[in-house]
Amino acid sequence: MVETIDHDVVIVGSGLAGMRAAVEILSRSGDSGKTLAVLSKLALMRSHSVAAEGGTAAVLYPEDGDSLELHAWDTIKGSDFLADQDSVWKFVSLCPGEIRQMERWGTPWSRREDGRIAQRPFGGHSFNRATYAQDKVGFFEMRSLYDKLQEFSNWTRYDETFVTALVIQDGVFRGFIGIKLRTGAIVYFRARAGIIATGGAGQLWKFTATSVSTTGDGIGLAYRAGLPIEDMEFMQFHPTGLIPTGILITEGARGEGGYLVNSKGERFMQKYASSKMELAPRDVVSRSMMKEINEGRGFTDEDSGLSYLQLDLRHLGKEKIDTKLPFIKELSMKFIGVDPAEEPIRIKPTAHYTMGGIRVDGNGRVLDGSGRFVKGLWSAGESACVSIHGANRLGANSTAECLVYGKIVGEDIAAYLDSEPNAPAPTDGSLISAEEARIFGDLFRREESSADVYSVKAKLRDVMDKSVYVFRDETGLSEATRQIRALKDEFKGVKVTDGGRVFNYNLQDVLEVGIMLELAEVVARGALDRRESRGGHARTDYPNRDDAGWLKHTLALRTADGPSFSYSPVTITMWKPVERKY
Amino acid sequence: MSLDKVTLRISRSGGKRVSYEVKYRKGMTVLDALTEVREKQDSSLGYRHSCRMGICGSCGMTIEGRPMLACQTQVSSLNKESISIEPLRSMAVIRDLVVDINPFFDLHRSVRPYLIRNNVNERDHSDREYRVLTEEVQKFLQFDYCIMCGLCYAACPTVALDPFYTGPQAITQAYRYMADPRDEGWEGRIDLLDTSHGVWRCHMAGACSFVCPKDVDPAKAVQLARIEVMKRRVLRKRGKGGSRLVPPPVSEASKEGVKPPPFDFGGAEK
Repeated sequence: MVETIDHDVVIVGSGLAGMRAAVEILSRSGDSGKTLAVLSKLALMRSHSVAAEGGTAAVLYPEDGDSLELHAWDTIKGSDFLADQDSVWKFVSLCPGEIRQMERWGTPWSRREDGRIAQRPFGGHSFNRATYAQDKVGFFEMRSLYDKLQEFSNWTRYDETFVTALVIQDGVFRGFIGIKLRTGAIVYFRARAGIIATGGAGQLWKFTATSVSTTGDGIGLAYRAGLPIEDMEFMQFHPTGLIPTGILITEGARGEGGYLVNSKGERFMQKYASSKMELAPRDVVSRSMMKEINEGRGFTDEDSGLSYLQLDLRHLGKEKIDTKLPFIKELSMKFIGVDPAEEPIRIKPTAHYTMGGIRVDGNGRVLDGSGRFVKGLWSAGESACVSIHGANRLGANSTAECLVYGKIVGEDIAAYLDSEPNAPAPTDGSLISAEEARIFGDLFRREESSADVYSVKAKLRDVMDKSVYVFRDETGLSEATRQIRALKDEFKGVKVTDGGRVFNYNLQDVLEVGIMLELAEVVARGALDRRESRGGHARTDYPNRDDAGWLKHTLALRTADGPSFSYSPVTITMWKPVERKY
Repeated sequence: MSLDKVTLRISRSGGKRVSYEVKYRKGMTVLDALTEVREKQDSSLGYRHSCRMGICGSCGMTIEGRPMLACQTQVSSLNKESISIEPLRSMAVIRDLVVDINPFFDLHRSVRPYLIRNNVNERDHSDREYRVLTEEVQKFLQFDYCIMCGLCYAACPTVALDPFYTGPQAITQAYRYMADPRDEGWEGRIDLLDTSHGVWRCHMAGACSFVCPKDVDPAKAVQLARIEVMKRRVLRKRGKGGSRLVPPPVSEASKEGVKPPPFDFGGAEK
């Protein structure tokens, strides 16, 4: 018998968006007796948001010359015009309030001399609006939100609870089914409202900046529950991933004045973006870098065999590096033994941010295949696709989105709880027993293991690195699609080899890889179909943007044979697409 | 020393030590080696990890007798062909290297680790910002680097002896907010720290600061917190016309009649 736990709201994911939403709901529900649960497959404070480094964008001091219009324009131009402009406007107008709210909850923003909050230049922004706390922005924001949560009592944390299924009945959200890793027990979390805030899918690639945990689970939950996922072919490759692992060197390093240099010693960005140089948007910089490497002006790392370019910070001097970029120095010293004040850092584009995700409206409400609100279900942060970032997100806009959308969704849910009837409808128990059977019957008791989950995972990530990286083409994508299908077949023979119940990470790995395979198929197939180059999706065989044919969002729905695609229009309210020049 | 392989001697549930041999490659961290074991040799090995870059705080373990983060410990830096790996100390083992870290999180929560303002409305519902000078931020910034990995707690000899001790991490976090010019909860937090299981319990072994992977220096924070506690005692004494020193503090636990367990100097299981 599966245990049922009741809460008014269940939040899956404990990163910035999840915790911001939790704080908003708790501060609005007061003593009403409503209860909230925060589920995390890690523990709270372990989410990948802690790794965000460079900044959070906001127009803080319009008197200095910045404006909401300018932030919106930069974001839309950065998105290669795929962003929905009404949502962008709402987003930029709420950013400043969130920076100040975090300030009043304790975030140690770096300061100007007069005590006002400091901001640094960032890629694609035409004003210094990346608000920073040294180079650990996401970490400090997480600390402040985690600490703020400790003030409330009417919430429960379910650390290390891995959600495996989303329950929707008659178009209404009912709850989540998950495994408590500590006991191995399956639990049904029944709730009136749910939020999926599980982050992106950076782990689909081997060379990635993201945590081991960012396997796209939440996006997969929605996809498997028959909901559309949007724009998944748009993946952001951040220009500066550290060789050989791909961990992140912040864009703030270039914001503070760092150079990108090829093997001829040239600042090659001169050729590609003569006015913005290293601070062009990430899609532009990453494409330029790969062009340099492909044309033979890169270096090769002997140990890993990886090609790379250099990020040179030496001219910034030791003091600036120590005060503005201490974490970069620490990472560089600890992981590759290089002091950035003495020697350039080896870097290349690394899988970083999933622009696509669960299809939501401007309030973060999850939409079904026909565009109707799945009552009771929201998504926020990287797992959601609003879409603010379109085909390419600007740096410093993701932590901002997490905070803004955490708040929007929290507010919307607080109102929803007051307006909707209290009693949750009885759930069809067969859904839960089916999930239990899938996990503990099927995956465990499978006769023989004909395939190894870790080898399937490694092969998948090699395919993605090879053919679904910065530059893509028909041949590579068709081959990738074929290989992913083959891996899906191979995966059917995978068995959970760890027989234990308590902290069975092998089981979790198997469940995650199952989701990764499905998402990888959506990414590769969507990329194959989209015959143009836009933002994070660059095709060598279709090098130009094609607004007549492709100014539209991709929607993927799951079928027995893999994804089926349809397209929906982009909301354009303020600016018509023009050519992007930086 | 040139390595081509390395042996991990891992302490697993049930008190077993199991050895695994892993092929060494340049730049390999202890976490990489553990991943190699789980993926290629023994899928049942339990350990936590996530970010791979020393910021999420998941992978604390006892490596060669010392609490460390597996992800930022280079195998080559240990200079050994055989590496001992055990779970963090002072925490109950759940599976292999996975320990129960919840008591640690609870202690953190117990010191009111959030910005306290008398005007709650201003804090939670306004669009203003507090002006803070860089030198004021410097007073607490270092203590805000804490990634809650638990290494200081596991290294602390006082924690090992007194399970009611507030511990280096929680005291540091209490002090972090006391030193924040925006905070007004100084008074209340001092009451929490000025107890027989609070700041006075620390006997300055300094192990916390020695093992902290983020240079938070909890030992320093404990000393600074003591100064604040003494300041308050002096203020109280003056307030009472210099009558007498504040009586020795009584912990919440003993008020409620709960007695701490007797000291245990042996290696008995917790």
